Amino acid sequence: MPKLPAPPVPAPLKAPPARPGEGNGKVAPVDHGRNAGVAVVDWVDERTSLSGGARWLMFRKVPKGTNWFYTLGSATMFAFLSQAVTGVFLAMYYRPDPSGGAYESIRHVTNEVFLGQFVRGMHKWGSSVMVILVFLHMGRTFFFGAYKYPRELNWVIGVVLLILTMLMSFTGYLLPFDQRAYWATIVGTNINGTGPLLGPYLSDFLRAGPEFGATTLSRFYAIHMLLVPGAIAALIGAHLYLVTKLGTTAPPWLKAEKDPELRKAEA
Amino acid sequence: MNQREKEEYLREYGILKSQGKPFFPYAVAKDAAMACVVMACIITMSLVLGAELGSKANPTTTTYVPRPEWYFFFLFEVLRVVKPPSLVPLATIGVPTLGMILLFLLPFYDRSPERRPERRPIATITGIVVIAAMAFLTYSGANAGSPTAIEMATPPAVLKAGGTTLATYEAGKLAVAQTGCLACHKIGENGNDGPGPQLTHIGARLPRQGIARTLVNPTAPMPSFRNLPPQKFNAVVEFLSQLK
Ligand code: HEM
Repeated sequence: MPKLPAPPVPAPLKAPPARPGEGNGKVAPVDHGRNAGVAVVDWVDERTSLSGGARWLMFRKVPKGTNWFYTLGSATMFAFLSQAVTGVFLAMYYRPDPSGGAYESIRHVTNEVFLGQFVRGMHKWGSSVMVILVFLHMGRTFFFGAYKYPRELNWVIGVVLLILTMLMSFTGYLLPFDQRAYWATIVGTNINGTGPLLGPYLSDFLRAGPEFGATTLSRFYAIHMLLVPGAIAALIGAHLYLVTKLGTTAPPWLKAEKDPELRKAEA
Repeated sequence: MNQREKEEYLREYGILKSQGKPFFPYAVAKDAAMACVVMACIITMSLVLGAELGSKANPTTTTYVPRPEWYFFFLFEVLRVVKPPSLVPLATIGVPTLGMILLFLLPFYDRSPERRPERRPIATITGIVVIAAMAFLTYSGANAGSPTAIEMATPPAVLKAGGTTLATYEAGKLAVAQTGCLACHKIGENGNDGPGPQLTHIGARLPRQGIARTLVNPTAPMPSFRNLPPQKFNAVVEFLSQLK
């Protein structure tokens, strides 16, 4: 099999090469143990050829001058992952039952479940953090002109992600089913209904009917925890594929220095 | 960008990229540090601010003042500022929809090859103005009442009397806003001018008993308000009779 090139690990982290005389004899069980990780990866890679993709993703170069503003996209992704994990725990207790069960289940999580209020708080404030980060990331790509050729499509995917993120917070707001949640959602769906053409249909779809009814809550719940997160996860995948394929932009004020070779040739 | 500019960009970018560092571990380390900051923020906010739960949803209350999550405050503020009902859909749906379309199409109408913010003054200034406008609307939305609230100065006499007079006045103002009077009456700058008469100076035209009688036995199409709870009913009458 062809040998993979060594990853660019900083020198202090590299394992020292084996000394002569060491490990040349019989393969001891310790060596098997030591190589177990490599062996497993090899086994999987022989059957999937995933290592090429992993290398393509991890060992690509990022341009010179890449600064902290470039971490905002991945920070948004981490906020999303945090929402996904805390959301799973909340879903273990939540009941989308408008006749009291929903409110009761949230009250139970908040007041009785071990660390319940903490996890609910993380989910609640995490949504604000994610919204802020999406906007900051969008601001970064806007002011850096990162939406220009050849990254137009990634910008369009980004705008869809922005809308989906806002939709998450809109549908999630109803779920605790307290006064605040209920009335804000009534107003929200009514605003939606005043829109031209699609407006009334959209709010009928959200409410599951012309009025806020018994199935509205479960519809919001399904949208909030299945439909939209699925779409967001898929689109983040597409977004990152394009980021990897096209590379991240260099900061706009950076000019490429001439290749030293070329300069020599010109002189 | 034309073909030459595209190729120029790709060539330039290729050089900058080849002079860069590998994503792993350099960018990964920065991203991981940032992820730790994000998690620390979320955990701190959860610990300090907690997760409150209000009282249970009750579709029959009419006195609840709805408030959205803070990042929808700017929309909420637009709804509050724009009073004429024919313009409300335009403001709440039209403006955001237009904004979204402009955002979607941005790479397709801004086709210049320039990327430095200071050399793209139109884009940069537009971006800053939009951010400032959203921040302003969010800020004023955060400090505002409900879209169905009545905004007008409290008469000095009521302010001077203070105590229960003031409390009843405020309760009446809230009740009037939430009972739907504004759908047909204009009060100050609030509500619709018609089909009912303006109520801005109703206290000068009708005595207190007259107002109460109209509320119980109105002329069609106004509905009767005799079923309001007595306390609320009195507050409404008190508020209206102060409008002089
Ligand atoms: C859930 C939301 C989002 C996630 C998780 C996400 C994630 C990322 C990540 C990890 C990158 C790599 C470079 C960087 O971090 O800056 C990136 C790049 C990019 N994103 Fe996003 N993004 C999101 C939303 C958006 C939005 C709302 C927009 C704009 C409307 C956008 C437009 C772009 C563009 C144009 C790039 C390329 C930037 C460059 O090459 O310098 N993204 N995104």
